[in-house]
Amino acid sequence: MSRSTTPLTAAGPRPGAAAPSGATPRLEVEGLTVTFGGLTALDDVGFAVGDGEVVALIGPNGAGKTTVFNVVCGLVRPRAGSVRIDGRPAPAATSRLQGHGVARTLQGLGLFSGMTVAENVLVPLSGRERRSEDGRALAAAALERLDLLHTADAVVDALPYPERKRVALARALVTNPRLLLLDEPAGGLGAEDIAGLAHVVRGVVASGSSVLLVEHHVDFVMEVADRVVVLDFGRVVACGTPDEVRSDPAVEAAYLGLEAAR
Amino acid sequence: MDRLVLLVSTGVARGLVIALFALSLVIIWRAARIVNFAQAAMAVAAVYVAFAVQQATGSYVLALLSALVVGALLGVAVERGLMRHVAGRTPMPGMIVAIGLVMVLQALLGIFFGPKHRPMTPVLSEAPLYVGDVPVLSRYDLFVLLVALVVVVGLGVLFNRSTLGLQLRASAVAPEVSRLLGVRVPRMVTIGWMLSSAVAALAVLLLVPTELGLNAHSGDVLFVHAFTVAVLGGLDSPAGALVGGLVVGVLISLVTGYASAGLAPLAVLALLTCVLLVRPGGIFATKEARTA
Repeated sequence: MSRSTTPLTAAGPRPGAAAPSGATPRLEVEGLTVTFGGLTALDDVGFAVGDGEVVALIGPNGAGKTTVFNVVCGLVRPRAGSVRIDGRPAPAATSRLQGHGVARTLQGLGLFSGMTVAENVLVPLSGRERRSEDGRALAAAALERLDLLHTADAVVDALPYPERKRVALARALVTNPRLLLLDEPAGGLGAEDIAGLAHVVRGVVASGSSVLLVEHHVDFVMEVADRVVVLDFGRVVACGTPDEVRSDPAVEAAYLGLEAAR
Repeated sequence: MDRLVLLVSTGVARGLVIALFALSLVIIWRAARIVNFAQAAMAVAAVYVAFAVQQATGSYVLALLSALVVGALLGVAVERGLMRHVAGRTPMPGMIVAIGLVMVLQALLGIFFGPKHRPMTPVLSEAPLYVGDVPVLSRYDLFVLLVALVVVVGLGVLFNRSTLGLQLRASAVAPEVSRLLGVRVPRMVTIGWMLSSAVAALAVLLLVPTELGLNAHSGDVLFVHAFTVAVLGGLDSPAGALVGGLVVGVLISLVTGYASAGLAPLAVLALLTCVLLVRPGGIFATKEARTA
């Protein structure tokens, strides 16, 4: 399948991709282009996430959403473009991301198999919390926030999926990140768990942090997101409030295109 | 009956040395996903230094400490200077380089120190102590037992109770995720090599006085036995290394005592074959079988 011949890309990037406030955005992505061999995964992608804002990246499978996360995290080097966090260039080394106040969850959860819930949540603190007492208190707070205290000593592999998903979220929240990247946080969850997740996301934003999330669950996105960035074939095809995006013909085309392709 | 008690108790002491060496292979497998075939050659090189220190100072304690320190430094040097630069997503290239390193190290040791065995006298007597009329462990065996216990408990505390241990385990289980969470994975790999090489050097140092003496190949048989043990127990399992070491140690001692020393290596390999037939991932393997 050749991406360039698809009519969907004709919609092109939309203006108005910047964060609404005039202040330095928490995350600023500009002109991001990523190629894997001959495949253009991202093509001149730009958007911003402001303080206390929830931005959702949506789009069909293969649109480049997770690639955006990987570039922000330093796991993939872009061919062109820049990523700025609080106005500073994002660190080249992934292990220094945390020092820039960024935390991320993964689609595959990436929990440490064979370790307890508490140990999993302690890992992000291990590099900086010299006094283990502080670390333990922070870990307990993160576990409580996600109603996981009762499972603290359980080995993660033994937990049901929704709880493991909350462990991954607790592990990301334990450092009180200023920017939280969530990769499909609602994926595989039931209605009740999604409501709980929305509550947690609102709590994160209320404390002044920002959230960038990749999500397929449209209802969840419409509920929590302040703005939505729609990617298709590596390009930004729409950007705006949930209501604006919902009524955008380009978005419809992107998703209908996907339906037609099936 | 007396003979059985003596053979089993001696087997336990020998088995603990094998267990220590197997533990060093487990540590490095977990840290770097590599079977370090050069482990014995590196350990022997460190023990040569310890031997020189003992000759110069007459102090066994200093020799023991220098084996640990030189072993650790050698581990860092090999990881930083060599292994880190081996490309590849599979463990295979690293293992091939390790085999090459064995040849280089053993040739160098041969060139500098010659082929002869240098006798190392044990720090304590090797004559068995008697419980009633029954001969059991020697003083040296007790010393080995004590040192092995200290190391095992120490490693257990380090890996399970300390922040560094948490990071070491995290980066062993999921290096990419660990990086995202701020763990400096390359540093953890280096520390893994360091710990592993130090423990291996200690095992060889404990072994040599009970053998012919120090020679470039002093660690070879120990490596074969310990590798068997690590495979028996599952390369990911420290507990497996310990139990496996004891089993193999006692097996060797019994076969040597009741049959002949020549049959002991065969018995070990027969055991390995049986275990691999029944449990290809090792007795204590959790789920992931070895990929190499």
